[in-house]
Amino acid sequence: MTPLENTWNDWLTQTFWTRLGETLSMVSATLLIGGLLGLALGLTLFGTRRGGLIENRPVYAVLSVIVNVVRPIPFVIFITAVRPATIAIMGSSIGTIPAIFPMVIVCTVATSRIVEQSLIATDPSIIEAGRAMGASRTHILFRILVPEALAPLILGYTFLFVGVVDLSAMAGVVSGGGLGQFALSDGYRKFNDLVTWVAVAAMIVLVQCVQLIGNGLSRWVLRRR
Amino acid sequence: MTRDPIIRLDHVTKDFRAKGVTVHAVDDVSLDIGRGEIFGVIGYSGAGKSTLVRLINALERADSGRITVNGTDLAGLGEKGLRDLRAGIGMVFQHFALFSSRSVADNVGYPLTLAGWDKKRKQARVEQMLDFVGIADKAQAYPSHLSGGQKQRVGIARALAHSPEILLADEATSALDPHTTEEVLDLLKRANQVLGTTIVVITHEMGVVQHICDRVAVMEQGRIVETGDTYDVFARPADPVTRRFIQTALRSRPSPDTVGRLHSAHPGRLVVMTVTSDSLDSEAFNLARIAQSLDVSSSIVHGSITEVANRPLGNVVVEMTSALPAGDGERAIDALLERLSRDGISWTDLGTADHPLDDPSWTDLDQKEDLR
Repeated sequence: MTPLENTWNDWLTQTFWTRLGETLSMVSATLLIGGLLGLALGLTLFGTRRGGLIENRPVYAVLSVIVNVVRPIPFVIFITAVRPATIAIMGSSIGTIPAIFPMVIVCTVATSRIVEQSLIATDPSIIEAGRAMGASRTHILFRILVPEALAPLILGYTFLFVGVVDLSAMAGVVSGGGLGQFALSDGYRKFNDLVTWVAVAAMIVLVQCVQLIGNGLSRWVLRRR
Repeated sequence: MTRDPIIRLDHVTKDFRAKGVTVHAVDDVSLDIGRGEIFGVIGYSGAGKSTLVRLINALERADSGRITVNGTDLAGLGEKGLRDLRAGIGMVFQHFALFSSRSVADNVGYPLTLAGWDKKRKQARVEQMLDFVGIADKAQAYPSHLSGGQKQRVGIARALAHSPEILLADEATSALDPHTTEEVLDLLKRANQVLGTTIVVITHEMGVVQHICDRVAVMEQGRIVETGDTYDVFARPADPVTRRFIQTALRSRPSPDTVGRLHSAHPGRLVVMTVTSDSLDSEAFNLARIAQSLDVSSSIVHGSITEVANRPLGNVVVEMTSALPAGDGERAIDALLERLSRDGISWTDLGTADHPLDDPSWTDLDQKEDLR
């Protein structure tokens, strides 16, 4: 191996770790912020539904339309379409940190539906039981419904993690870095399939680990009952 | 009207609209429930009884009429006032409605957490309640590990934890087997006797009413068709719906089919006599002696007697025959029946095998069905 090849390989290895770090930070920041906002939005959607705890048909209709508008847009288009908003809020539209903004929005919207669905699946009689005991509506939402739906919520968030890893791969389009950019710029565009495969393998390992943790957690929550 | 009513409904109405159709779930209902009694509301599903009970703790708001609980008019209460009201009324559900994510102890302690009790006091109270309902050993178990009867015990402990003056039991035993039902009913009765809790029991099983209720209201299509002391309603049901419920609970009055079979086995005059605690005291119930004095011989061919509210109740079918010539014999039996009526015993003539008569308590029911 020539010294030049060695240097190149070292550079690739180092880049891989940097890109993996970028993916992890984008994914965790998005999941944290988007996950919480999505929980709030999901609880609002659930509460304002017809017959809900804080039934409010107009609010539900507006939120539902917004969610439905955002969800079907392909992320690679969405990330470019919201560029002005990204610049206004993040100060720039290029790089890892700015890429988090569109990711958070999409993650929030996706989370909200997952949360809403998890809550709908809970037994409605426990809401009535809470009301009959004099619990306030927010108490019922956060202290009764969320714990009751914890296992499906954990699985939902695990499912979301995969989606967010998918999103992060597209952040490469706006130079957001991450494994996606690694696979595209250093692999695909340089005809180096090995690099692409390494990126793919890393993502598979990442997703598998998280799925295992998620499954284990939800099982643990269910088994405790 | 009841002395010292703790719950009072005055011309209360509640409608539901679904797909353009209005259902009068509760239709002009007036009702007094006395402090310390066990009051039953019985009706078929869809009769409006679940809505009725939910009006009492304001889970549903009335469209019109007045509801007073412990002297407070519910109409004047805001969100906070309603929450306080509800905290003072326990509720037990058909499918238990336990929090599956919380242990038994945490379920029972939940209303106390809401009321802001400190941990130590709460723990003591939870232990006391679990002891009361007889599942102290299950404190750390989760609801999914309990049987139906145990779940309902937890439900009752949770409902009683905050010492409510009123307990609403919405079909509390309908998901349980007969043996467990009896245990849970005994527990409710004990809560009433030991803790003095006023209990409103919603059910579609007359057996539940028979077992624990002091008074009962029969509900049909949103209306109360009959109300009174449990024994009186059982002994002298006025509405066909009530009669049907009692029939299914006691199974003591022979059905038309049974009467047909009895006629073919017993050619003489068949008469159904209602046995109540009053009629048993009556001298006329010494039937054989009176009959003999009128040249009539009587023998019991069918019947059953059970206890309702700790008093005997049932029906017996008596075959009456006379050795006298045909016309005189009939007259002698009529005289005997007249004598029974005079002594306050209610009876129904089923005729003879050759000339059978219908039992109006069954035909009534069919007619009412036809009207629907």
